[in-house]
Amino acid sequence: MRDPILKVRDLKVEFGTNDGPVYAVKGIDLDVMPGETVAIVGESGSGKSQTMMAIMGLLAGNGRADGSAQYRGKEIIGLSDRALNRIRGEKITMIFQEPMTSLDPLYKIGRQLSEPIIHHGKLKRSEVRPRIIELLKLVGLPDPERRIDAYPHELSGGQRQRVMIAMALANDPDILIADEPTTALDVTIQAQILELLADLQKRLGMAIVFITHDLGIVRRFADRVYVMQKGEVVETNDAEVLFTAPAHPYTQMLLAAEPTGTKAPPPPTAPVLLEGRDVAVTFRVGGGFLKGPAIDLKAVDRISLQLRQGQTIGIVGESGSGKSTLGRALLRLAPSKGAVRFQGKDISHADREAMRPLRHEMQLVFQDPFGSLSPRMTVGQIVTEGLLVHEPHLTRRERDARAIEALAEVGLDPLMRNRYPHEFSGGQRQRIAIARAMILKPKIVVLDEPTSALDRSVQKQIVDLLRDLQKAHDLAYLFISHDLAVVRAMADHIIVMKEGRIVEEGATAEIFDHPREAYTQALMAAAVDQTRFRRSA
Amino acid sequence: MTETISAHSELDYRQSRSLGQDAWLRLRRNKAAVVSMIVLIALALTGIFGPMLSPHPYDRIYPQYVRAPASFEAYPRADDITPAFESAIERGRVTIGEITIEGQTARALISNDEPIDDRITRYVDRSDLFSNARIENLSADGLSAEMVADVQRLRFLFGTDANGRDVLTRTMIGIRISLAIGLLASLMALVLGVTYGAVAGYLGGRVDNVMMRFVDILYSLPFIFFVILLVVFFGRSFVLIFIAIGCTEWLDMARIVRGQTLTIKRQEYVEAAQAMGVTSWGILRRHVIPNTLGPVIVFVTLLVPKAILLESLLSFLGLGVQPPLTSLGLLISDGAANMRGASWLLIYPAVTLTIILFALNFLGDGLRDALDPKDR
Amino acid sequence: MVGYVLRRLLSAIPTVFIIVTLAFFMIRIAPGGPFDLERPLDPLIMENINRAYNLDKPLWQQYLLYLGNLAQGDLGPSFTRRDFSVMDLFRTGLPVSIQLGAMALSLALIVGTALGALAALRQNTWIDYMVVGTATLGITIPPFVIAPVLSLFFGVMLGWLPAGGWGGGQFRYLVLPVATLALPQIAIIARLTRGATIEALRSNHVRTARAYGLPTRVVVVTHALRAAMLPVVSYLGPTAAALLTGSVVVETIFGIPGIGRYFVQGALGRDYTLVMGTVIVIAVFVVIFNLIVDILYAWLDPRVRYD
Repeated sequence: MRDPILKVRDLKVEFGTNDGPVYAVKGIDLDVMPGETVAIVGESGSGKSQTMMAIMGLLAGNGRADGSAQYRGKEIIGLSDRALNRIRGEKITMIFQEPMTSLDPLYKIGRQLSEPIIHHGKLKRSEVRPRIIELLKLVGLPDPERRIDAYPHELSGGQRQRVMIAMALANDPDILIADEPTTALDVTIQAQILELLADLQKRLGMAIVFITHDLGIVRRFADRVYVMQKGEVVETNDAEVLFTAPAHPYTQMLLAAEPTGTKAPPPPTAPVLLEGRDVAVTFRVGGGFLKGPAIDLKAVDRISLQLRQGQTIGIVGESGSGKSTLGRALLRLAPSKGAVRFQGKDISHADREAMRPLRHEMQLVFQDPFGSLSPRMTVGQIVTEGLLVHEPHLTRRERDARAIEALAEVGLDPLMRNRYPHEFSGGQRQRIAIARAMILKPKIVVLDEPTSALDRSVQKQIVDLLRDLQKAHDLAYLFISHDLAVVRAMADHIIVMKEGRIVEEGATAEIFDHPREAYTQALMAAAVDQTRFRRSA
Repeated sequence: MTETISAHSELDYRQSRSLGQDAWLRLRRNKAAVVSMIVLIALALTGIFGPMLSPHPYDRIYPQYVRAPASFEAYPRADDITPAFESAIERGRVTIGEITIEGQTARALISNDEPIDDRITRYVDRSDLFSNARIENLSADGLSAEMVADVQRLRFLFGTDANGRDVLTRTMIGIRISLAIGLLASLMALVLGVTYGAVAGYLGGRVDNVMMRFVDILYSLPFIFFVILLVVFFGRSFVLIFIAIGCTEWLDMARIVRGQTLTIKRQEYVEAAQAMGVTSWGILRRHVIPNTLGPVIVFVTLLVPKAILLESLLSFLGLGVQPPLTSLGLLISDGAANMRGASWLLIYPAVTLTIILFALNFLGDGLRDALDPKDR
Repeated sequence: MVGYVLRRLLSAIPTVFIIVTLAFFMIRIAPGGPFDLERPLDPLIMENINRAYNLDKPLWQQYLLYLGNLAQGDLGPSFTRRDFSVMDLFRTGLPVSIQLGAMALSLALIVGTALGALAALRQNTWIDYMVVGTATLGITIPPFVIAPVLSLFFGVMLGWLPAGGWGGGQFRYLVLPVATLALPQIAIIARLTRGATIEALRSNHVRTARAYGLPTRVVVVTHALRAAMLPVVSYLGPTAAALLTGSVVVETIFGIPGIGRYFVQGALGRDYTLVMGTVIVIAVFVVIFNLIVDILYAWLDPRVRYD
């Protein structure tokens, strides 16, 4: 057997905080062979990123690494920056999760790409430009001769991630560390980036260390997998073995965490609760005193839909497709044109005052369980805020009783209602947000990516909870998501949106099994396909 | 529901802490901030109670002690008392023995060929320095005795000013006035700025444009302009000065709060409240204002020293509080005028002001670190 | 770019106009007048004076007259300094204030950013504590304390430099006033730079630069410091305007013939035209320097466009 190119033994990472030391990585072993793809899988907080940050000497100021990591037999833990600089950026390179902020906004991308090449002594400043254009071509950035002089903010997220990959490849590295490189990107872009990485690896032969929480990617991408939980490696094996015969209960739980099941459509006699006809939302951009004409941006372009009692409509699309705006327009939270009817009553022109009595019947749950709860209110105050508006006659004691009831219904211990949101995990916060909506006994709930910010295992619990609540109260859901696996489990009817318009709509099974439009097909392929990238490339 | 249960049992081990309590714990670990807080409390107590406890009223003029240097020794000095006592007793035509001075009393052994008449105490009482003169320890033959008199001895730890007023007491009054103006002006700026900024930020759009344009215009007018006009209109008074300072300092506060509000307005918890039909006022009161408090508190701690500085500037320009009332700024500007030859007039008030400002700054820094969510 | 500058200047006109109007009526409503002496003048003489200065006309007429003169670049005669027009006063005083302010500004910018960056790079070492401590001291000691102390120490006790006066702008005379003006600004800029640099050093793009093995010097200078300059540049706008239009404290204590004193003196003496002139000069400086700062900012940060 060949020698590993990167050999990690008993690596520990600890952070000094005000509440004492926090052990992020608790002594792990890890090997990377030349040219192979290793995936490190784990949920948030498992220490998978910090492991690689420690190896690259990039821990935050309060972090400390112990143990050993050898690159081709040379110890790199505890190396000075100057010595480490001979390895990082040349032999080992890294791409990051945040394509929006990982590039310096103040410099053209050509200049940023040239820096590692020049400082590792590969080329002189005067000779570097053709090489950069070549790299940009390699990573498939369109029009590289022009884009070389673009600033990062002039590129999309996917394009920026391509630039990062070009930077990582610039010095022909032995190891490329990819830290959740596609998490912040849309599914179709995700697929393109992964395909690009697989293809480049085949052509250039470097090893890839892939850090991710997404098992779907691992299955299609990795040769070997390390599963991390709470700072420790709980299982490691070849990818194929791991997926067919997971040994550790945590791995089994992760693999079983994909939401399953389907939703039956409501009976055709179910009454229509919410109806939108030619709903359109335009945003005015620019304009103002002496600033030239404003541009109208069509976020939602004449969309019609009907939501029945007990129904779940899944609205699918990538970022910027207008799906969230549509949800808000239907709730009259965003100004829109066209007609909106709620239980047969036209509310297109209802103002805030007129809407107020209806609000408790149509509720909203958000994506970000951190941003959607006011950090300075207790959970009890958060959950009962709506009662102050809709049932002002309740006494404090009665409100408290309702809070207990609502929290118990979403599976939280009501004793926790005097705590503050920052003391809860993401999944718990999402339960709180759901309790806040449910306490008002709504008929319709718009769910705006309610599971996207959660780990897979938690996602499944929230999906189950939402389905239980729907059955118990005969709720109608408008389920907005880019995550097709979740939508498939939740919705009985699907609307696919792109650039503010409906591309395709129909029953869930129909859309998943026989997508008609090319865009839908691309979406489905990106999300559901299980073939390995390397072979398909 | 495994996640719920395990996380819950974890939560139970520690006390529930709100963000504010968290911040307080962090602040308590910051030594500089804690020391600053103690210093400020001590100074505030000095400002409030010091003048009451001081033997010298702040406006009492001692014509005989003009520009007395700061010292621990009491006035008049022992060297000055002995000859004065001597010459006073001499008028009674008695022989003077040893003279001792202990604290507030002067004693002299006296003797005479004839019995001592106690009316000679009159000569002593006539002197400015002595009072309550009496004869003690009269010997059996009445030929020798002790002349005892009270001396009014005054201590001026910080010296006296050009009018003969005690600088220590005046500095304590100065602390009181400066802190009061700083706090009241900041409070005013706080109320005005938070309300204005929150309303502008929350309503947004055209209203926001107009409201912030107005702030911009006020910004371009020099601060002193307002103050001078206000002073001209209403005369120089304590209330007016803090109003004037508050009126100018709220502009920054309004900008900060508006910026914060714009950020908070986009937060999903505000949208959730809108989706529940909460009124604008309810959202402002329950969500926007409480969540702007962090940066606002930090800004207020920096505003107080700024207000104190502005007050001193006004006093320096002769637009501040009216003598005999005083403030640290007024004392400093007096001190600066008398700097040559009477440096204590400048040094003590200036050091006091610097300590206050230093402590406020450290406290503000500590608060910012404690409230900074990035630390979490 | 040229179009942008023109547009910005054009849109500043209403602002300046509102400021002029506000200031005009505020100072006029204030009780008292420029010729109120301890002993009242003879009513007849008073009437003559008022007529000569148009003070007998209704306020709105005076306002229109003032605007008319202003449009022709005439700021009117000074009421308290007879024989001088406000323009004359500015012509002699403004260059003095600008020279002093510009020197203080440059000094503050160079020393302040250098100290701030140094402290940030040596965070939590004695250098950092020294800089932060000194900067806090610089912010907390008011200029009217610094000025007399400097003057006493270097001017009177050591005799190295003149304790006051202008001396026709000789360097020796400039040192102390410039130092007084610059010290608090050095302190503020150092603190700003330190905070911004620390923040920039924590940013993701600096992490990228480090991950690619760039030398520390390059990481710091090209990637952290440039980003850290952005808040400093924003701060400079109003500060530059304030420094260049003179400081009443420094000019009073050192006896410098700038225009900083005119404002307070004018307002107290009800020298209407002088006050108005000063307000206009300050407003124009604020407008110009905000514009310069915006242009600089857009040059430093490509995300900001002229719009």
